[in-house]
Amino acid sequence: MSEKTIEMTCIVCPIGCNLKVTLDSNGKFLSVTGNRCPRGAAYAKEEVTEPKRILPTSIKVIGGELPLVSVRTEKAIPKKLIFEAMKVIRSSEVKAPVERGQILIKNILSTGVNVIATRTVKARFV
Amino acid sequence: MKKLEYDVVILGGGAAGMGAVRGALSQKVSVLLIEREASTGGVLNQCIHNGFGVQVFKRELTGPEYHEMYLEKLEGFDAMYETTVLDIDSENGILKAISTDGVYEIKYGALVLATGARERPFEALRIPGSRPSGIFTAGLAQHFVNLENHLPGRKAVIIGSGDIGLIMARRLTLEGVEIEGVYEIMPYQGGLTRNVVQCLKDFNIPLYLSTSVVRVHGRERLKGITVAKFANGKPVDGTERFINCDTLIASVGLISENDLVEKNIEISSDGGAVVDDLMRTNVDNIFAAGNNICIHDLVDFVTVEGEMAGRNAARVAKNEKMAKRIGIFKKGKGIRIISVHYTTASDPFKMYVRVDHPMNVCTLRMNDTNLKTVLNAKPSEMIELTFDPSKHNLKGNLVLSATEVKR
Repeated sequence: MSEKTIEMTCIVCPIGCNLKVTLDSNGKFLSVTGNRCPRGAAYAKEEVTEPKRILPTSIKVIGGELPLVSVRTEKAIPKKLIFEAMKVIRSSEVKAPVERGQILIKNILSTGVNVIATRTVKARFV
Repeated sequence: MKKLEYDVVILGGGAAGMGAVRGALSQKVSVLLIEREASTGGVLNQCIHNGFGVQVFKRELTGPEYHEMYLEKLEGFDAMYETTVLDIDSENGILKAISTDGVYEIKYGALVLATGARERPFEALRIPGSRPSGIFTAGLAQHFVNLENHLPGRKAVIIGSGDIGLIMARRLTLEGVEIEGVYEIMPYQGGLTRNVVQCLKDFNIPLYLSTSVVRVHGRERLKGITVAKFANGKPVDGTERFINCDTLIASVGLISENDLVEKNIEISSDGGAVVDDLMRTNVDNIFAAGNNICIHDLVDFVTVEGEMAGRNAARVAKNEKMAKRIGIFKKGKGIRIISVHYTTASDPFKMYVRVDHPMNVCTLRMNDTNLKTVLNAKPSEMIELTFDPSKHNLKGNLVLSATEVKR
């Protein structure tokens, strides 16, 4: 069994360093080269251990000035849960009015992360 | 005709226009914002993804958050929504605008153009074949999906690898649309690397470089497209491939919106309004900022430019004496875009340039002076330059160039 090197582009800042990440035979992080700053090293480690992303999408609004409210996960969630999280979010709806920052789904998929509104949607007056 | 009068009038309520409102208000003048939509924000409203605000708010926000948080800083200005400017009489400082309740004649002390950009349409590519339904620009598809709750189709191909195209590849994938691939005619990507990683690699969406569409198929609805490899801007015979799809998303560039003012002010060969380091056009009391001077990567840059344009417009409206233009910037070898074309000899300022091809290590020079060394320079990523006029000889043309450093 031997070590393995994989290449990736750092996405922390616009420089986009080309990283070479060395993993052990179990795929565990050993070291990284090519990063120009410590944030790149942290990114590489997380990326091969448990890659995470913020999920921005939208939720249906009932009785609002708009049919949708844009939302995001408050923090990054594991990348592998993104499609499952989308299922939960797509089957949800909220009643207007919605305030920016309002928690619309608590602790999605038990990640400890809330889904929050990223804009205001006023109620529609009929 | 109703008549109004303001110190500073701002055309466009997107990021640049909101910045200009803030800049002008800081100088205690009367401010009118004119916006064609029913609210401020411009394209930020439909850019629901994160990546905004790292410089202005020191944290990563989505477009709608950036819009609302910035708007909360603005107090004490008038706004006319659902209003379009018809004509600008720059000699007399009067514009005509039409709103839902009639035509207005508005006298201004200074004007800020913050009209942004429009998408280059698919038709501009002059691709043979039919024109069925199912062809959208990326921003239009984004508007449908993010604001109106409509999907453009079921199986899509994205033409062009600009940032909005990459963002839409991810967005449509999340909403259950199959993205067959992203096709880029150039040998390098059009958008930011972080978007190629987060939007394509994360979802195993292939990016085909030096490849683009050569034919459109279908009568009523799009049935498919033919793509081919490209070399030197021409399709290579024998490399054609048919792709079955019902949707084509075109992300083939943005064009600065200056139709209204092209007869009044100097426009560069790239279509942007030509400004100096004060964001002033060749007309002393008309300023411009944001995507109508050149296409920017980050909204944060646009906000800062807008603030400067608004502040300086207000100073002109108050009859302050402003510095004269002294130096002229020219694009030299390796440079495609420059954001500022003239310099006054006042304070150090920031300007942006784009290189015309990717370079691993490149040196940016002004005439014979080294300004900056840049790693991984790409046309898709703007380079920020801080220019201090006091440190340079401003006589003659100031030629900016970028050359690759061979290691």
